[in-house]
Amino acid sequence: MTVHSFQEHFDAKIDNEVMIEPRDWMPDDYRKTLIRQISQHAHSEIVGMLPEGNWITRAPSLRRKAVLLAKVQDEGGHGLYLYSAAETLGITRDEMYDQLHTGKAKYSSIFNYPTLTWADIGAIGWLVDGAAIMNQVPLCRTSYGPYARAMVRVCKEESFHQRQGFEIMMTLANGTDVQKKMAQDALNRWWWPSIMMFGPNDADSPHTAQSMRWRIKRFTNDELRQKFIDVTVEQARLIGLTVPDPDLKWNEERGHYDFGPINWDEFWNVVKGNGPCNKERLDARKKAWEDGAWVRDAALAHSEKRKARKENKEVKEVKAA
Amino acid sequence: MNQLLYTLQIADNALIIGHRISEWCGHGPILEQDIAITNTSLDHLGQARSLYQHAADMFNALSAEQKNALFTSTALQNKINKGENIDEDDLAYLRDSWDFRNVLLTEQPNKDWAYTIVRSFFYDAFNFYFYTELQKSKDSVLAAIAEKSLKEVTYHLRWSSEWMIRLGDGTDESKERIQEAVDNRWAYTGEFFEATEADKAMLAEGIGVDLAGIKTKWMERVNAVLEEATLTLPANNWMHSGGKECRHSENLGFVLAEMQFMQRAYPDMEW
Repeated sequence: MTVHSFQEHFDAKIDNEVMIEPRDWMPDDYRKTLIRQISQHAHSEIVGMLPEGNWITRAPSLRRKAVLLAKVQDEGGHGLYLYSAAETLGITRDEMYDQLHTGKAKYSSIFNYPTLTWADIGAIGWLVDGAAIMNQVPLCRTSYGPYARAMVRVCKEESFHQRQGFEIMMTLANGTDVQKKMAQDALNRWWWPSIMMFGPNDADSPHTAQSMRWRIKRFTNDELRQKFIDVTVEQARLIGLTVPDPDLKWNEERGHYDFGPINWDEFWNVVKGNGPCNKERLDARKKAWEDGAWVRDAALAHSEKRKARKENKEVKEVKAA
Repeated sequence: MNQLLYTLQIADNALIIGHRISEWCGHGPILEQDIAITNTSLDHLGQARSLYQHAADMFNALSAEQKNALFTSTALQNKINKGENIDEDDLAYLRDSWDFRNVLLTEQPNKDWAYTIVRSFFYDAFNFYFYTELQKSKDSVLAAIAEKSLKEVTYHLRWSSEWMIRLGDGTDESKERIQEAVDNRWAYTGEFFEATEADKAMLAEGIGVDLAGIKTKWMERVNAVLEEATLTLPANNWMHSGGKECRHSENLGFVLAEMQFMQRAYPDMEW
């Protein structure tokens, strides 16, 4: 087949909703886009362990501590599936880590915000995981097979995370005055960054059109953002919390909530590295990696010694026979 | 009363080592191992919860006078004076360090992967033989917890033994680090086998474990793994003690300050 017919074959698969698999021919840009998106997603899971991990040792009850530990552990597992999915595209996990550590690869900016009170753990589960689910459910049908299959597993666990986050918020909102204050304060700080998680407006999103064509993305940033707002505003009302947006208003005609302007200067500033915790998060990842170097070296050296001993033994056995 | 104190000894070990191990979550040297060690932490925490629930039931059945004499913290005293029952969280979050009965080894800092592995290995090997015997306890709740926990502990011991061997028989650097950790943590292992009054009473009643009996097995297992790991035990056999009698190292106060912060700062709330 010529490159031209490879391309036609690929396009036909996309158009007919046939998944692309690792050994299939794919355009270079499709591969690059996927590597960028999947590795960014994997990095987000791993960096996302940090703000929540921050409260594991201070969780207010043994049950909450156990649930939080299990949740953060799940995020690690998601990172693992996603790194594996990206590896099928011809990049190694070490290369991806290197891109993260050198700042070449990005991760979700939301994790550059601090977790200041216990209520932030509720807000992250409810809002951040809630927004992630909106983004991720359509990815279960994304055109690249290994990514779609990884996302099916991820989404199952994320919906449990979202529920536990909402349950923390509900408990606080039904609690004492100070607990209500804690919950409202967390919502005030996490609302806008969560809304920004869907990325720039469609008009300013350079990759959207191509990604939609390739069926990597199924909905635009603005469509998903609107869906999230519509659902979440109702949930906030249900537990008696106020969404910090004075312009928020139900629009009968559109059948959606109208909302106030998003501070995109803040968004781009955090993306560029100037958020409250950008440096801490990256430093923590780099420290874990660097401090772990001798451990990884030892594991490798030991497995090579084992292999050599086994081969040696086999050679001796053959000679003896 | 001894049965309650005995249960707390076991529960406090599980809580405190689980807490220490949980400090690794998100910071492990290898993603797969980050997940594995967090899982271990969850197992310890689960064991602690079952044991505290059992201890709380025993506590709630005591007379008012006995209750008042047992724990010193004002937070817990207030609860007792109001006539309220206590639960697993009260035992974890409202006791002060002088009422904790964990062995000193469990509260020692993680330091690095080598120190963490050595602490886990010594403890997992103890736990393995301890829970094996505790399955025969006349206290059916303890016996059931032991049976369930043993499955987890068997895996913990395999995991930490493998890491002992990997680090001991890995690179020069890893060997040096793990040997140093063995040398420094060894002095915290004698306490496992020191029998408190509760240990002695529970052994006599067929509820507790014969510590002298499991010491030999523990020593054999430790020696076997160290040999495969090409490591040695230090010549100095002096041992720390005190944890089981509520005299702790400076570390425990900081562990509790962090762990108990929410319950102490915002008392009497549902979370």
